[in-house]
Amino acid sequence: MKFLPTSDAERQAMLQAIGAARVEDLFASIPREVLGPAKLGPPMSEIEIRRFLGDMARRSANARDTAFFVGAGLYHHYVSAIADQMLYRAEWLTSYTPYQPEVSQGTLQSIFEFQTHIALLTGLDVANASLYEGASALVEALLMAERLARGRNRAVLSAGIHPEYRETVRTYFANLDLEVVEVPLAEDGVTDRSALAAAVDDKTFAVAMQSPNFYGLVEDWKTASSVAGPRGAHAIAVIAEAASLALLAPPGEGGADIACGEAQSLGVPMQNGGPLLGFLACRTAHQRQLPGRLVGETHDAEGRRAFCLTLSTREQHIRREKATSNICTNQGLMALASNIHMSLLGKKGLREVATQSHAKAEYLKRRIAAVPGYRIPHVGPTFNEFVVEAPVPAAALLSRLAVRGILAGVPLSRWESGAERRFLTAATEMNTREEMDSLAAALAETA
Amino acid sequence: MSVEIEPKTDAAALGDRLHPEPRHEPLVFERSGKGKVGYSLPPLDVPDALAIPENLRRADVEGETEITEVEVARHFTRLSRLNFSIDEGLYPLGSCTMKHNPRTNEELARLPGFAASHPLAPEEVSQGTLELAWRLEQALKELTGLARVTLQPSAGAQGELAGILMVRAALAKTGDPRRVVLIPDSAHGTNPASAHFAGYKVQELKSNVRGTLDLDVLEKAMTGDVAALMLTVPNTLGIFEDRIRDIAAIVHAKGGFLYCDGANFNSFVGVAKPGLMGIDVMHMNLHKTFSTPHGGGGPGSGPVAVTERLVPFLPRPTVERRPDGAFTLDFDRPESIGRLRTFLGNYGMFVRALAYISAYGDRIGEVARGAVLNANYIRARLTGVYHLKYDAPTLHEVVFSDKKQGEHGVHAIDIAKRLMDFGFHPPTVYFPLIVPGALMIEPTETEGKPGLDAFVAAMRAIARESEEDPEIVLKAPHATPVRRVDEVAAARQLVLRWRPKE
Repeated sequence: MKFLPTSDAERQAMLQAIGAARVEDLFASIPREVLGPAKLGPPMSEIEIRRFLGDMARRSANARDTAFFVGAGLYHHYVSAIADQMLYRAEWLTSYTPYQPEVSQGTLQSIFEFQTHIALLTGLDVANASLYEGASALVEALLMAERLARGRNRAVLSAGIHPEYRETVRTYFANLDLEVVEVPLAEDGVTDRSALAAAVDDKTFAVAMQSPNFYGLVEDWKTASSVAGPRGAHAIAVIAEAASLALLAPPGEGGADIACGEAQSLGVPMQNGGPLLGFLACRTAHQRQLPGRLVGETHDAEGRRAFCLTLSTREQHIRREKATSNICTNQGLMALASNIHMSLLGKKGLREVATQSHAKAEYLKRRIAAVPGYRIPHVGPTFNEFVVEAPVPAAALLSRLAVRGILAGVPLSRWESGAERRFLTAATEMNTREEMDSLAAALAETA
Repeated sequence: MSVEIEPKTDAAALGDRLHPEPRHEPLVFERSGKGKVGYSLPPLDVPDALAIPENLRRADVEGETEITEVEVARHFTRLSRLNFSIDEGLYPLGSCTMKHNPRTNEELARLPGFAASHPLAPEEVSQGTLELAWRLEQALKELTGLARVTLQPSAGAQGELAGILMVRAALAKTGDPRRVVLIPDSAHGTNPASAHFAGYKVQELKSNVRGTLDLDVLEKAMTGDVAALMLTVPNTLGIFEDRIRDIAAIVHAKGGFLYCDGANFNSFVGVAKPGLMGIDVMHMNLHKTFSTPHGGGGPGSGPVAVTERLVPFLPRPTVERRPDGAFTLDFDRPESIGRLRTFLGNYGMFVRALAYISAYGDRIGEVARGAVLNANYIRARLTGVYHLKYDAPTLHEVVFSDKKQGEHGVHAIDIAKRLMDFGFHPPTVYFPLIVPGALMIEPTETEGKPGLDAFVAAMRAIARESEEDPEIVLKAPHATPVRRVDEVAAARQLVLRWRPKE
């Protein structure tokens, strides 16, 4: 076996040093009745594994070989080759959580840079080292707000937040004696400020909203912050399409206390939905309540600048059941990929990705609106994704288009009833005008 | 049988060899220069529309970088060289299972059908990705001997939460979710934290003198108000609970569930089956047992296997194979605990794990046999040199302590730092908590005898130094890119980001 470097002679010598006759003897503490080999088939060579998995890969549509407009919280954006190739370096790939800073300065400095990028983009003061993904990042943001406003027990969520994020919140909060109130959107598809205000009481610790919201509409962060602030609750800004951060007013400017969400768009391939890259940012005053890993700047014994994990006394390996969160790892490699991507694109590129995505979506919106039978139900501004109402059931329509090589979007019926003819469609800088024209033409045929 | 090994006390010499460039690398923001560009996009091929009102837009992101690809390549390459990695040498971080990461798995995870696919694409064009998830579930079912597996949890800790939430849902269905989860004092910190976030009170069980669970203690604590016992098998000392079936019987007799923290599954994978042990629910860490890369701290992936009784409560959706052979997602699971995250889980890790399992096939028990042989070899060669608080047989790891060296003022952290000078990553220190000054060593199966001998020689040399020249250990490391880092200062004066100069 090529991953096992011990020869028979070495094994014998080792057993002799241990004082055991056979390797099996080392397992004597395991009762016989629980022993049982696994039947998994013969071992495969590298060539066979490539065939086996390669066949499955070929039987799934991918964004490179299709006209691709699927989003809903996971987007097909540009990632430079260097971002991925850098991940192959063993020093990044095969190292672990930088518990020992003297031999982990590379990872630590990269995380420090990632924290800085996220702080700059969100317009907040500080960010953590990343979280699993957007939905659990929202959970952590809510729990953080609850710690900051001790004794309060209600969280108010706009229904414009991604439905899978809201479902995740319900799962996590089911047994925590905390109440989650979801406020339906107004007719025009954006958060209903007066309904939000009505749901907030003196027991509310957080008011959370998403922009662009799940239906692609750009919202004003002040909708939440103006309602939360006066009642002593914390305003949480949720971002599921982080490419928007370089174009839209940042949460920090809009009065948000905490920003959280999914940074996959910033340098992480879709990978069929994971691994992704959750983020969490906040104001300096609240930084000691941040969950997850944090990297801080310090110095070594000779006074040189150095970095290390910090505030670990908040974490589960020290605080156990009193920890701020049960999270252990962050998304180290994804945070690195994103740091490389954000550094490469920088001030100008991040903006251009956002403006191109927006301009393409505007073009696509106009083209689809012109197809007889199709309608864009919302009139408000969108970033790079919007709802389309089809004259026919959307799920079947999208399946028909998919087998023709056009992945036109996601049916809303996946998450809500009464929206059978509606779907979400997204455009990014990766889409060409030809692809968008072909989508419009295909819709015209199916109408 | 002794290997000559020289401590690399000459910092400059080691620096010259491993890090010929300056060890200090500026922040990427400090490398930025006005007007530089590191990317290129095609010219916009549609009208340059901007249909967002000005009050909802921002100005340029001040402080963001302006830097070329060349400089980015240098920056991240130089930074990488400040890291120690498995490919450089033994990384015996106990409980973390730092083993070789097969590179073919990386290549496969990047195939467009996996890396550029979207979980919300119609099922008609997603059969391959669904099949892979289904196949991984079948393999994990076979390995655990349990009824079904959810792949959704993002990491082990989220798997723990999912598992306990399923237990809670099953008990709630009977009208009594109960209030307490029992956890031995040797457990990972995530266990009590996860139980807490599932709404349970944690009751700690004291280990016996052998380092295992005391059945009398369990019997007394196991009341009708206990939802589950969370047990790490083998425990964090590397000791297998040899009375596991009796433990399960005690828990089951009172209507509780036996949760297994499968962080150490790599020590018995393919050798023994949790399903035969009476375990009801167990998470696995794909980045440990199944060798998906640790990536500097994530991504993980924490599938959870369950008995038949817990199947209705699995997170949504599950992957099913229909009678016609097609694969589909099942959202219609009314008793499900819901979701723990978006989409299907850390799919890229599923690809790597299935590739890894396929490489071993029926021979996957060799993973456990190799890991256990290596750990016992280290144990045999260092016993007497370092204190071993618990002397019960151990499997894949061994936990020594700094007790002997402490007599000379040398502590676990100093031994850890000194190991770096010998070219090794330190073991896990100060964990598990029941061993004061713990040195938790896990070599994994992918280390060969020469590497183990060199590590043993280094550990012996440090033990000698601790007696004869403790200063050199106390001031270690001497040969790393930076000297000992002041972690106290970092926590006192928090600097969590770079700021642009005014």
